[in-house]
Amino acid sequence: MEEILSKKSREKIILLGNEAIVRGALESGVQFVSTYPGTPSSEIGNTFFRIAPKANVYFEFSTNEKVALEAAIGASFSGLKCLMAMKNFGTNVALEPLLPFVYTGSKGPTVIISADDPSCHSSAQSEENTRAISYLAHIPTLEPADPQECKDFVKLAFQISEKFKIPVMIRTTTRVAHQKMPVELGKIKNNDLRIKKGKFVKDPRKFVTLPPRVMEMKEELLEKVEKIGNFAEKSYINRQSSKKSNYGIITSGISYLYVMEALKELNLDLPVLKLGFFYPLPEEKIKHFIKKAKKILIVEELEPFLEKEVKILAKEVNCKLEVVGKKLIPEVNELTPGIVISAIAKFTNKKYKISSTSLKIKPPKRFPQLCPGCPYWLVVSAIKKAVDIKKVIFGGEIGCYMLFGNPPVNLQDYLSCMGSSVGIAHGITKSTRKKVIAFVGDSSFFHSGIPPLINTVFNKSNAQAKRRARDKQSSASPLIIILNNETTAMTGHQPHPGAPATPNGINIENIVKGCGVKYVKTLDPVNQKEFIQTIKEFLEKPEVSVIISKRPCIQLKK
Amino acid sequence: MHPTKKIDQFNMVIVGTGGQGLITLLQIIAEAALFEGFDIKTSELHGLSQRGGSVEVHIKFGKKIYSPLIPQGRADLVLGLEMHETLRAVNFANPKTLFLINKYIIPIPMVKNLTEKEVSDNLKKISKNIDLIPASEICKEKLGTDVVSGIYLISFAVFKGLIPIKPSSVEKAIKKIIPAKYLELNLKTFNLAKS
Repeated sequence: MEEILSKKSREKIILLGNEAIVRGALESGVQFVSTYPGTPSSEIGNTFFRIAPKANVYFEFSTNEKVALEAAIGASFSGLKCLMAMKNFGTNVALEPLLPFVYTGSKGPTVIISADDPSCHSSAQSEENTRAISYLAHIPTLEPADPQECKDFVKLAFQISEKFKIPVMIRTTTRVAHQKMPVELGKIKNNDLRIKKGKFVKDPRKFVTLPPRVMEMKEELLEKVEKIGNFAEKSYINRQSSKKSNYGIITSGISYLYVMEALKELNLDLPVLKLGFFYPLPEEKIKHFIKKAKKILIVEELEPFLEKEVKILAKEVNCKLEVVGKKLIPEVNELTPGIVISAIAKFTNKKYKISSTSLKIKPPKRFPQLCPGCPYWLVVSAIKKAVDIKKVIFGGEIGCYMLFGNPPVNLQDYLSCMGSSVGIAHGITKSTRKKVIAFVGDSSFFHSGIPPLINTVFNKSNAQAKRRARDKQSSASPLIIILNNETTAMTGHQPHPGAPATPNGINIENIVKGCGVKYVKTLDPVNQKEFIQTIKEFLEKPEVSVIISKRPCIQLKK
Repeated sequence: MHPTKKIDQFNMVIVGTGGQGLITLLQIIAEAALFEGFDIKTSELHGLSQRGGSVEVHIKFGKKIYSPLIPQGRADLVLGLEMHETLRAVNFANPKTLFLINKYIIPIPMVKNLTEKEVSDNLKKISKNIDLIPASEICKEKLGTDVVSGIYLISFAVFKGLIPIKPSSVEKAIKKIIPAKYLELNLKTFNLAKS
């Protein structure tokens, strides 16, 4: 049996932060789980995918994060206990239904996991700090530091959601989600009759966010947040050590562990306030902590949200207080114990020399690569034979094929978010007469590649070229290459709507044709000759064209 | 009481490239440390960072562990599965740090690579405790495959007392972590490292 389903409560087992989140949900009696994979949140879905039938939990990989959240909202409105998980950027995709969901509130308790990736270990596009969304959406947000807290905070989040009828967000970061430690288990809630006991009771006053009711809902929401603030004041997850000093440290999440490591290393005994709640903050607790202090250091990764809050609170209770944050703690990149040790040493004027060693000689950088035998190598080879790569603009996208941006491939002239390669290609062909080849993965295509494809047909990506036909320039319309490797490879091989693991997988070519694309071919890139010929031919077409490169991920064969 | 219980904290970095099985090694050491009653924190990376690029995982165990990341200069052991990658981890080392290294180079495409001699000469500037073991070669010769060279190295390390964990705990952890169809090969590797 899977260890994560162990019935031995009080036993300690080693869990990854993401697995601890799963266990916390099981101990809370979760019934409905939806997700779209994205590092560093993917193992939440992978684990549920494996254990859901045994745990008697409904689980799905939804087509994207917005859809995953909408599914959870429907289940919550029907009274089920829900967990929805995604990576930071997924929260942006899900943002639109998220805001009204916080207004209506949840019926079945609902916990939303959002995983940030400071230092962008596995994230192209931006070093997002999802804490900003907590403010925007007024969603209560908890920040665990380690796997034990991941489990405990998920349980607490379900309790808060149940008590206040509001979805609760847990924000993790890579070093929390991908941290392992022995976690003490609790009891898994009796899982009889979990599935299909939901019931949707009509209640337009609660579920319909139509004005003017929506304005009342906002007032009700702000009242709820105030009550949750009072709850946070008493919560054990906002805790301070009882040390006495003029100096103090306020921190949260993974940064707390670095602070504790640093105090041990520097042999210091400073009071530390650890905040488990990010939103709403326990303001009274913070005021009490800073009231008599001279200097406070705020240790937080990325943007200085806590620092700003503490500065405002200091005006009320201790206007002479010196609040130090980003002056000593960098705003770009994740923190490390070394950075925090140095910062605390400077903050306390303690001499400390890092005993690190370095060498003049540095090994050359080893870029991540497509796997040996990856079918994408064949696509790259065909493109390089078919076109003069200097004369074509290559649109990148999120997935294994974003490695096209690294040597030796070097076929990536822009890269933004999921589904964007096609949308941006349209803008480029409309504005220039350059040829564009846009890559999109199979899972990305289902995630958010279809609306921009329809846009290339509806708004005729070739229009500009046609108008200037007398310039004798060849017409330029984007060639879209859908890289179908029959799985969501980068995040660990999750199924998607077109993959054969899904019964009756949806045929991508049918969708493309259904969108009105006239020039479409599904090809196995092993047939290099035909592939090269089709690229050449399609690039001369007066309208958008699509090649579906179909060959399974090499890892699937292992 | 087992003598290893006396240690306050043991810090270990494993470096290599994506696909060399670093996370499995981390799991084995962590489970073995749990069998011995230690507190443990580890850190690993998934996704993009795994695709054949440089990978570094951290394992810390002892009485009470806070951070999953090891501060600069604080590694007790750097276990290198590849020589270039070992050189990248020198910022975690101090003059007492032990380097246990697979004598093995995975070429970095299209640039000038370092030689084995360049790597080991430079490591010697950092620490006197450099142990270069041809693990890939030994595994290929004796077992017909080098996929287990990481298992060979951690087994070698516990038999030599370089990691303060009993070999029997590591053996138990291998049995727990490794899937049944690969278990025999991994146990053979473990025993090979004893001799």
